[in-house]
Amino acid sequence: MDFLTPVVDGFGVVLQPTNLLYCLIGVVIGMLIGVLPGLGPAATIAILLPITYGVEPVSAIIMLAGIFYGAQYGGTITSVLLRLPGEASSVVTVFDGFALAKQGRAGTALGVAAIGSFIGGTVSIIGLTLLAPVVADVALDFGPPEYAALSLFGVLLVATVGNGGRLKSVIAAGLGLLLATIGRDTFTGASRFTFDSLNLADGIDFVPIAMGLFGLGEILYNLEERHHKVQAPAKVANVWPSRQDLRESRGAIGRGSVIGFILGVLPGGGATLSSLVAYAVEKRRAKQPSRFGRGAIEGVAAPETANNAAATSSFIPLLTLGIPANATMALMFGALLIQGIPPGPQLVSEHPDLFWGVVNSMYIGNILLLIMSIPMVGLFVKILRVRPAILAPITVLITLLGVYTVANRVFDVFLVIAFGVVGYLMKKSGFEPGPLVLAFVLGSVMEKAVRQSLLIFGGDVSGFFTRPISGTVLAALVVVLALPGVRYVVRKQAQSRSREKELV
Amino acid sequence: MSDVFDEEALRAELAEDRPPHAGPWSQLGAAVVTGAIGAAGLLGSLGLGLGQLTAPGPGLWPFVVSVVITTLSMVLALTGRHGTDTERFSRASVTTAVAVLTLVLLGVALPLIGFEIPSLLLTFVWLRFLGKESWRSSIVISVGTVVAFYVLFVLLLQIPLPRLI
Repeated sequence: MDFLTPVVDGFGVVLQPTNLLYCLIGVVIGMLIGVLPGLGPAATIAILLPITYGVEPVSAIIMLAGIFYGAQYGGTITSVLLRLPGEASSVVTVFDGFALAKQGRAGTALGVAAIGSFIGGTVSIIGLTLLAPVVADVALDFGPPEYAALSLFGVLLVATVGNGGRLKSVIAAGLGLLLATIGRDTFTGASRFTFDSLNLADGIDFVPIAMGLFGLGEILYNLEERHHKVQAPAKVANVWPSRQDLRESRGAIGRGSVIGFILGVLPGGGATLSSLVAYAVEKRRAKQPSRFGRGAIEGVAAPETANNAAATSSFIPLLTLGIPANATMALMFGALLIQGIPPGPQLVSEHPDLFWGVVNSMYIGNILLLIMSIPMVGLFVKILRVRPAILAPITVLITLLGVYTVANRVFDVFLVIAFGVVGYLMKKSGFEPGPLVLAFVLGSVMEKAVRQSLLIFGGDVSGFFTRPISGTVLAALVVVLALPGVRYVVRKQAQSRSREKELV
Repeated sequence: MSDVFDEEALRAELAEDRPPHAGPWSQLGAAVVTGAIGAAGLLGSLGLGLGQLTAPGPGLWPFVVSVVITTLSMVLALTGRHGTDTERFSRASVTTAVAVLTLVLLGVALPLIGFEIPSLLLTFVWLRFLGKESWRSSIVISVGTVVAFYVLFVLLLQIPLPRLI
């Protein structure tokens, strides 16, 4: 049981009072921003990046992780009570969650969602504990061609699976890669696209880009009046689900955990996609699919379990390969770099305290969230009364003053404003900022890997395809990219066939 | 999986919150902007020198990326005209423009007169004029926010923010 020693040591790290405190702060912030529609976990983590500079690496990542999975719990509350998804990953919960709330069973929905989230999260952490060291071990043998293929896979998959148009997302990813080339070329020392500006000589820092595109961009976008039909929160009574509710949702929670875990690991999967898939699976399996949308408890249990499981398992590619699976993980990547810890396969062996500390903190965080979601749910419902107009200027100040404190440079403040405007314009014109930030993070890794591979192959590009692992990854990428086209053709054929039948 | 649940209903529901889409010209405009960035990247990387595949120059990678951006932007310009994912600018967009202006002013004033007065003005303007809060709550919240920031940043964390006091 040698491999258990670092796992157990990890608990020692989490149980230090400061780390427990940061875990608590993280999950409370996560829960809050999950409840408040508007600011998502990615924006919040981006805005809080400057704060992590002064914090121990383990504590900082524990807190940021808590924000991420805490938001999955919080997002449920607004979906159920207000019919307003607090997070993208809680959108499908709206259907049955709100229907249940109208029947006076809001408490049941919230209770089942919280229990499902807890189980999904815990299953996923156990999976992470078992799987991550194995993956990391395999990945230690990866060379530059494998990394080139993997990072390309990551960037393109996030761009194509994410919301927003595929074409625009890939363009956004391209812009991110281009932005990453600004500054000094590490191979030749040449200055690229710096326009002789000293401020750009070392490239653009990740923090102002993330804070601008995710944080400020989102605030500016939300400033424009949205005509939400604001509904009075439904009364929450009896949060403890009955034994029958639990029995009915047992299967959904089980399947949701597995779906969430698997989809979370895949690049581009993540919480949103897995909640959609889990809902669809339950509806397809149900004996009476018509119950869905009218208050089926499985319709709440499955997506809420899956999104939490996915939020947890999406840490696997980041912590073992150094490839972020979604935009929020790209921020974690940035946060680790700020701490001087490059994420990758050597993380488990070289920084076991950080790795196991963060992983094990998720058990504690999920327990804290379960406590907050069931007995304290009334408190969080009250927060819904805080108006967005009051929060906006406070978050803006945190952003601008926060980025100034990173390097005491006013240039960074203007950089955040500029990227905030870019983020706003991107959202207005249908581009998602997520792929851009992710590509920016992976940009330098990718370029380095590609150029080193070219040197290894002696300029022969086909080398990427003949090496077993990079070849497999690239083949998988081609399959995934071709899939929508194939599906389109198949559907067209099926349509024309059915039309022929009608004619006959 | 998307065809299994009633995605249409949800789309319609969420679309109520969004302003009307902006039509083909905005799509074309977006494609022109990204295409121009791609073209600028192309020229810039050619200037840096591509080198050879055996010995890649500093411009090779940005060149490849720029080719992708430019090509896809052209595809977008040709095929994306009927997309509905853009949003029209409305009178509410003026709010955003004013907001950006206040941010720039804060950035200019920060090194000159410290963070207290600009922060106070910014929160007040956002609350009273952009957020349509009452005079009283605007004053109370903006003063409270700046005091809280002063206590947190200056007194507790001792972060060297430029300041008046």
